[in-house]
Amino acid sequence: MGLKLERQAAPVWVQPLLPVLAIVLTFGLTSVFVLLAGANPLRAYYHFLLEPLSSRVSLLEMLVKATPLLLTGIAVAFAFRGGFWNIGAEGQFLAGATAATAIGMSMHGMPALVAVPLMALGGFVAGMAWAFVPAVMKVELHADEVVTTLLLNTVALLCVSALLNGPWRDPISQWPQSPEIASTAILPKLVPRSRLHLGFLFAVFVVLVVGFILTQTTLGLRMRAVGLEPKAARFAGVRVERTLLVTALVSGGVAGFAGMVEVAGIHYRLIEAISGGHGYTGILVATLGNLSPLGVVLSALFVGLIDIGSQTVSRALGVPVYLGDVIQATLLLVTLAVLLLQNYRLSWRRGGAL
Amino acid sequence: MTDANEAMLVCMRGIWKQFGPVIANQGVDFDLKPGEIHALLGENGAGKSTLMRILYGLYRADAGSIAVGGAEVAIHSPRDAIALGIGMVTQHFALVPPLSVAENIILGQERGLRLDLRTAEGKVASAAKRFGLSVDPRARVRDLSVGQRQRVEILKVLHRNARVLILDEPTAVLTPQEIEQLFETLLRLKTEGVSVVFISHKLHEVMRITDRVTVMRAGKVVGTTATHQMSPSELARMMVGQTIVGVSKPPRTGQGSVVLKLEDVWANDDKGVPILKGVSLEVNTGEILGIAGVAGNGQTALSEVLEGTRPSTRGRMWVCGKDITNASPDQVMQAGVGRVPEDRHESVIDEMTVAENMAIEHIDEFSRFGLLRHAQIRQHAERLIAEYQIKARPNDRVRTLSGGNMQKVILARVLERNPRAIVVSQPTRGLDISATEYVHGKLLEQRQKGAAVLLISEDLDEILKLADRVAVIYNGKIISVMPAEEANPERLGLLMAGVH
Ligand SMILES: Nc1ncnc2c1ncn2[C@@H]1O[C@H](COP(=O)(O)OP(=O)(O)OP(=O)(O)O)[C@@H](O)[C@H]1O
Ligand SMILES: [Mg+2]
Repeated sequence: MGLKLERQAAPVWVQPLLPVLAIVLTFGLTSVFVLLAGANPLRAYYHFLLEPLSSRVSLLEMLVKATPLLLTGIAVAFAFRGGFWNIGAEGQFLAGATAATAIGMSMHGMPALVAVPLMALGGFVAGMAWAFVPAVMKVELHADEVVTTLLLNTVALLCVSALLNGPWRDPISQWPQSPEIASTAILPKLVPRSRLHLGFLFAVFVVLVVGFILTQTTLGLRMRAVGLEPKAARFAGVRVERTLLVTALVSGGVAGFAGMVEVAGIHYRLIEAISGGHGYTGILVATLGNLSPLGVVLSALFVGLIDIGSQTVSRALGVPVYLGDVIQATLLLVTLAVLLLQNYRLSWRRGGAL
Repeated sequence: MTDANEAMLVCMRGIWKQFGPVIANQGVDFDLKPGEIHALLGENGAGKSTLMRILYGLYRADAGSIAVGGAEVAIHSPRDAIALGIGMVTQHFALVPPLSVAENIILGQERGLRLDLRTAEGKVASAAKRFGLSVDPRARVRDLSVGQRQRVEILKVLHRNARVLILDEPTAVLTPQEIEQLFETLLRLKTEGVSVVFISHKLHEVMRITDRVTVMRAGKVVGTTATHQMSPSELARMMVGQTIVGVSKPPRTGQGSVVLKLEDVWANDDKGVPILKGVSLEVNTGEILGIAGVAGNGQTALSEVLEGTRPSTRGRMWVCGKDITNASPDQVMQAGVGRVPEDRHESVIDEMTVAENMAIEHIDEFSRFGLLRHAQIRQHAERLIAEYQIKARPNDRVRTLSGGNMQKVILARVLERNPRAIVVSQPTRGLDISATEYVHGKLLEQRQKGAAVLLISEDLDEILKLADRVAVIYNGKIISVMPAEEANPERLGLLMAGVH
């Protein structure tokens, strides 16, 4: 008797369960670290997962954390579905944040109805521009976009750093941070005395739009075809290069828009840590969400929860905050492993008979 | 276990296998004697591959038992099967292209830490010689032809001391010469006591080399008999359950005008070496022009150039006077060319649904302002499924269809548009008898409707049956064009070998 894996597509009903399996496995594995930190894993996970859900303040804060992740997550999921392996959401996010800040700083005296759309557009276009280079290199020169988009992340970070230590250095505090954007360019709060801002609704809207594109439009069908089988897509008359380019630009634009939302919703200025890895976490969110829009929503909320949870747990039990990071990283690895299981089927093995 | 079964090398009893709603095997019994060549016959989707995949441990039966050499065994993986002396060559080869032949053969079998390649190469060479499987042990697999790769797969199985060799449609990808060589090998294996399971849709092959035949229909065994007691038509009736009416070519109506025209077309292969060297052709309305040739003489490139997936380096092509030289696939389709390529997997997207695949070539007609009209896509699929008798539902992923039904999906999406010119390559490769007749009927129907059909096939019978004129391609050139009445297998065979 024993469990056995067979190479065969898992039944359909298993698919939604896989992320849950990933989460359970992750908590199992990371309990080792919790123990090492001198805490009881069960209590730790209570503070991690349940306590934040029981308070209004941390619930709202979870939505705040999820806002940029919804956007970077859907940006990455969109690109991956279309066969463009965009690892560069981080760089596109920074480009969008920078452009949005530049616009926001010059909007003094403008009404919000002008300032906010302009900033949003600026963030989107800048993100697109940052994705344009790797996209063209892939289409024209067959340069691997995994490498080019990844490299451009560093370039973006260095540019931001140069700006903040040079022309944009805050004249008042002399900190490496930009001056504040115009007050009308700031996204209004959704709930008073919280940090939850209009950007959350923007993010939900963008996820809906992307979901609509994927399932309801010819572009979505072509993209999915290119993502699944570029050769057959080309045969069927899809212009593969053009489709890849559009995929990359939309993905980069959404990631850039995420940068704008963080500037206009949370920080009101550009700082070096504006992203703090939201672009990379977007890859986790997209993967955990199985590249589907609904999955991205659920996983963005979950990762937001872990973010908040790592603070509550460290307050309550005195364990380091970066336990949250360890859990996130483990989650990514476990998710990838679990997704591979999709191609297998678990079965009981009886001795002797078949 | 009864006495009769003890003489059997393999005994499969009551095998059940279900995929979702589809029951691929419903209580199948199958026996294999030592040293026999045993044919497994059946229509597309009858469950032949499934049964053999269970024997080789690729699938797990839902119920049933397997005995090897009289003892009941549990086969959970190919590893278990190999340990029992069972080997299988599937249609998708499992070779590592950058490695050499010898390396591929000993892969996964090397003992200890040191890899003694020299000895392995010697062993492979002697085994190759013994079984008449000529292949250079040092050659890189990526440089080998399909036929040679198949020989490597067979050697790999034999190298593991297999007593049972399962071949799933081995001849579908081979040239007539390669098929002859394969048969010689199989007969030699038989004299060495190896049992062979031979899956094929070609009855004359089954008649020629097999000792016994098991016929399957819709997941069940219809019967097992000695091959020499059966005639091809009896076998066909057993497979289908009724007599098959073959289609035949009606006489041509009048002289057509030129639809498809190629003038001195050149093209390179993927390595940049010329593979088409000045092909000139004309195909008229209501005519089927057959292109005969040994695989690798430029047929694939010729169809790709016409499909818009391979650039030509010189020359020009027209459809109804419209220049389609180096046009993209969508421009070629716009010009009225329907395309059925050689490799099904290059023209359908396996992970998408039947309905999506049927609509994708003309997706703009199934949308408004860039929005898909799902209801229309679905109805379109339902209509084609009914019309072409495809065993599938609109939302099934194409990956789960049997080979024959996949081919019908491609044919349906092309033929329903009544294209002016049709470029078809190997349209019945891997199809069962009735599906083949069906496809032939559809092609002749298009010819009657006035389409110009360019039929590329390695199956001479198919060409002689359908074509009005026959062209022979050799070394990238058309070396002869003749009316079908003047073509016969002997004459074509010589031309295909480059003798003229
Ligand atoms: N992995 C799978 N998932 C779902 N259905 C499958 C799978 N493999 C086979 N089937 C279904 O099982 C049935 C039998 O398929 P199988 O491949 O055994 O047929 P076959 O006799 O080999 O046909 P062919 O001559 O076309 O190769 C078909 O209806 C097929 O669609
Ligand atoms: Mg099969």
